[in-house]
Amino acid sequence: MSDTIHTGKATPEQVTYANMLFYGCWGGLALMAVTYLLYVFGIITPHVPLEKVPLLWSQPVGTYLELGNVPTGWGWSVLIAKGDFLNFLGIVLLAGMTIVCYIPLIPAFLKRKELVFAALALAEIIVLLFAASGIVGGGAH
Amino acid sequence: MTMNRKHVLAGSACIALMGVLLFAAMAWASNAGTDAVAQAGSEMVKAGAQLGADTGVAWWVWPLVLLFFCFVLGIIAVLAGVGGGVLYVPLVSGFFPFHLDFVRGAGLMVALAGALAAGPGLLKRNFASLRLALPVALIASSCAIVGAFLGMALPTNVVQLFLGITIMGIAILLLCSKNSAHPVVNKQDALGLALGMNGAYNDPSTGELVQWKTHRTLPGLLMFIIIGIMAGMFGLGAGWANVPVLNLMMGAPLKVAVGTSKFLLSITDTSAAWVYLNKGCVIPLMAIPSIIGLMLGSFVGVRLLAKAKPTFIRYMVIGVLLFAGGKALLKGLGI
Repeated sequence: MSDTIHTGKATPEQVTYANMLFYGCWGGLALMAVTYLLYVFGIITPHVPLEKVPLLWSQPVGTYLELGNVPTGWGWSVLIAKGDFLNFLGIVLLAGMTIVCYIPLIPAFLKRKELVFAALALAEIIVLLFAASGIVGGGAH
Repeated sequence: MTMNRKHVLAGSACIALMGVLLFAAMAWASNAGTDAVAQAGSEMVKAGAQLGADTGVAWWVWPLVLLFFCFVLGIIAVLAGVGGGVLYVPLVSGFFPFHLDFVRGAGLMVALAGALAAGPGLLKRNFASLRLALPVALIASSCAIVGAFLGMALPTNVVQLFLGITIMGIAILLLCSKNSAHPVVNKQDALGLALGMNGAYNDPSTGELVQWKTHRTLPGLLMFIIIGIMAGMFGLGAGWANVPVLNLMMGAPLKVAVGTSKFLLSITDTSAAWVYLNKGCVIPLMAIPSIIGLMLGSFVGVRLLAKAKPTFIRYMVIGVLLFAGGKALLKGLGI
């Protein structure tokens, strides 16, 4: 490893990661902006009425969930047709980009016989999928 | 002419900062007015979940104020060389009527979006190194999940207290830290060597190929346990801690440390963001204007950064952090 000659150029897997991140990130932000406008202009009816949100956001999340009848975990996906939860599409795309970008790293490292880095990439995907799964959720104050 | 331009830029930056402070003061004043009402309703809250106090402000005012506030915050964050999350959480939780749960959720999304947007450019220029980031990210992101759960499990006043202490600590760190552009690493340690934590980048300012390698890799990696927990617990992002550890402790050149730190946030904050998202702590009505505002502000800030010399802004930000940290501390103590 120490004998590697560095040219200052990014490795191919790093460039692939960068390209995927670029399109995913800006796609997510654009989606977020569009769905937000549909939401705040009342084009798509929200699950929690817009007037009610400011009465809830000063309270702990438990109160917000209870009085707003807001689901936890992936429960929002059944409310995707509602204006407020439609916004989660962009948010989830942003939060999921890293997981997607990590996938091509595994074959790239395996091809170079860098087993440690392939294992690190796989472990990171597992950690992020664990966090995303909502397996260990609930009990917010 | 150049001096005039610099003065104009410095003036603009000052006005921007004053704008933020003005909005903060307005938001605070409005919030203070509702505190009494909220207190009066606390008995009812004890009996069961109740709606919060009506601020008497139309629902669309807050997102609009937040959009502008975060736009200015984005400019200031870039000029001061700090991440958006570290300014967002203490200022918004201190001066807006949102509960800390939602501010931390939005703060993580703000830090995540900024890091994701910066990632591609940093990776392509080799200022962010995958080889350096991958081992560090695994530790920090795992610990950020733990931190997020800790933050959600602890009482709000305890989190406020720790947040205040952390923010004041960050301000002192910013004041005292003297990063090194090219730390001297005579010999790479065994772990760094085994993980291939070395690389090179072309420095556009000098046209030189800068080679680098790490040392003190194990203690550096262990530091990311604490950094990950803090990032998850407070929703701050963690660039303020990543850079000194990567640069001063592990010996990465400053540009690599800054670039890799920013890229790291996109991984660390992802894990914590999912926890907050799954727990219902992300309210789109306030989170999205925060993200959009801060990102737009960052773009303007980057353009100003090329021309301005923002030392004054940096000291102002340190002052604001001390103030916001102090406020969070007092809130945590119930004063």
